Amino acid sequence: MSFLDKHKVLETNATLLLVCSLLVVSIGGLVQIAPLFWLENTIEDVEGMRPYTPLELTGRDVYVREGCYLCHSQMIRPLRDEVERYGHYSLAAESKYDHPHQWGSKRTGPDLARVGGRYSDEWHVDHLSDPQSVVPESVMPKYSFLERTVIDGKYVADLIATNAFVGVPYTEDMIASAQADFKAQADPDSDYDGLLERYGDKVTVRNFDGQAELTEMDALVAYLQMLGTLVDFSTFTPDASR
Amino acid sequence: MSKESKKFEDDPDTTGHVWDGIEEFDNPMPRWWLWTLYLCIIWAIGYTIAYPAWPMINQATTGVLGWSTRADVANEIAAVEEGNAAINAKLASVELTAITSDAELNTYAASAGNAVFKTWCVQCHGAGAAGAKGYPNLLDDDWLWGGDMAAIHTTVTHGIRNEDSDDARYSEMPAFGRDELLEPAEIDQVVNYVMSLSGDAQDVEKVAAGAVVFEDNCSSCHAKDGTGDREQGAPNLADAIWLYGGDYATLTETVSNARYGVMPAWNTRLTEWQIRAVTAYVHQLGGGE
Repeated sequence: MSFLDKHKVLETNATLLLVCSLLVVSIGGLVQIAPLFWLENTIEDVEGMRPYTPLELTGRDVYVREGCYLCHSQMIRPLRDEVERYGHYSLAAESKYDHPHQWGSKRTGPDLARVGGRYSDEWHVDHLSDPQSVVPESVMPKYSFLERTVIDGKYVADLIATNAFVGVPYTEDMIASAQADFKAQADPDSDYDGLLERYGDKVTVRNFDGQAELTEMDALVAYLQMLGTLVDFSTFTPDASR
Repeated sequence: MSKESKKFEDDPDTTGHVWDGIEEFDNPMPRWWLWTLYLCIIWAIGYTIAYPAWPMINQATTGVLGWSTRADVANEIAAVEEGNAAINAKLASVELTAITSDAELNTYAASAGNAVFKTWCVQCHGAGAAGAKGYPNLLDDDWLWGGDMAAIHTTVTHGIRNEDSDDARYSEMPAFGRDELLEPAEIDQVVNYVMSLSGDAQDVEKVAAGAVVFEDNCSSCHAKDGTGDREQGAPNLADAIWLYGGDYATLTETVSNARYGVMPAWNTRLTEWQIRAVTAYVHQLGGGE
């Protein structure tokens, strides 16, 4: 074939081969990378999304540190069985403040994208400390040490500032009062007006783990209890063409 | 030393590559393979025209068939709902007590309720509804807030001690030890008395003293004979059924710090017919009144 004969020119000319290879790889790269520059356009705007509070963000760090994503996904796919089991399918906007996102691809345990409010705080503490005490058939490991790990939010302002650096809209005010907000959210007897002012009235302030000290358990339960609760689906109609 | 390779008349052409005297026949690809490849390419072009495919600035091309994942899942759910619409509407509208007396409705509600229970309730109440420490057993006759259809329906709908529903069932036992309402000695006595209510032989003197403490501090909710009060979700203490445990240490902990079990309000997640279905299911588990 005459077309294939011309290939010999490439095979015998290293510089030309390099230039042409670069051309081919560039086209492949552009097709995949270029749309990312317009990513903002593809995320539909939904009401209710807010950045994580300092306590929730700390809980999220615990979640990532313990590798929860290895068994739990956080993305409900648009399939009937998933929607009926877990709730409304996940929207892109719901993970827009996630660095990194926790979509996951492995479900040894159930999806957690909408676990918030589904169980009581006490259940979460019981279940994280000893999963088999409430779900005998569970294969989840015990995380009872979280209850004993007292934290004071010493570095939480840095954590918030880092998230602000990568694009989460935290304000200077939020960074400055991060540690105070961190402590206030787990103490219903504290003055938490500032926290609600900065992060919205829907933020739940509770003693999540039921003990006096502020522990990693408080942080993780606070995070789990807000997962998937921000968007009010009674007022949101998804665009069917997406 | 190189030897001319044998050539035959019907040998195909060679590619012209020679390496150490080894030449390569220029055999064509099998015809069937090539045609499969070309067909796949044509199919792929047609597919990207028919279905959403090419990434553009705001969204991908929508495809001429107009198919979308979101519309697909909505249609699928709508089709199932339409199939059950008549019986679901009936389930959601009849008197609660009429569900159990209508055989068809009851059968449907119990099996639909089973599905709801398996999805939303088993994590706390257990796969067999036998509960766990702190999470009530739904198989027995011991009810905290009542076991008839109306009471179960209210509990499922609004939950217990949650922040989501203003109508959530609510009661708050004082933390007699933590808030120093009772002396440690008095707690010791009343725990002995409570244990004696369900037949555990205890220190007679402490039981007698505990009876007085109970009368003064506990009887307004748990009733004079310790049989409890469902209006306030105060458990029956005389039936040897324990939510957290009936041993000395657990009872001391309960009296000292109190217990505030929380149940979510399910009307935020389930529809009325689903709530009624799971109510009927729980009602027919064995303890329904």
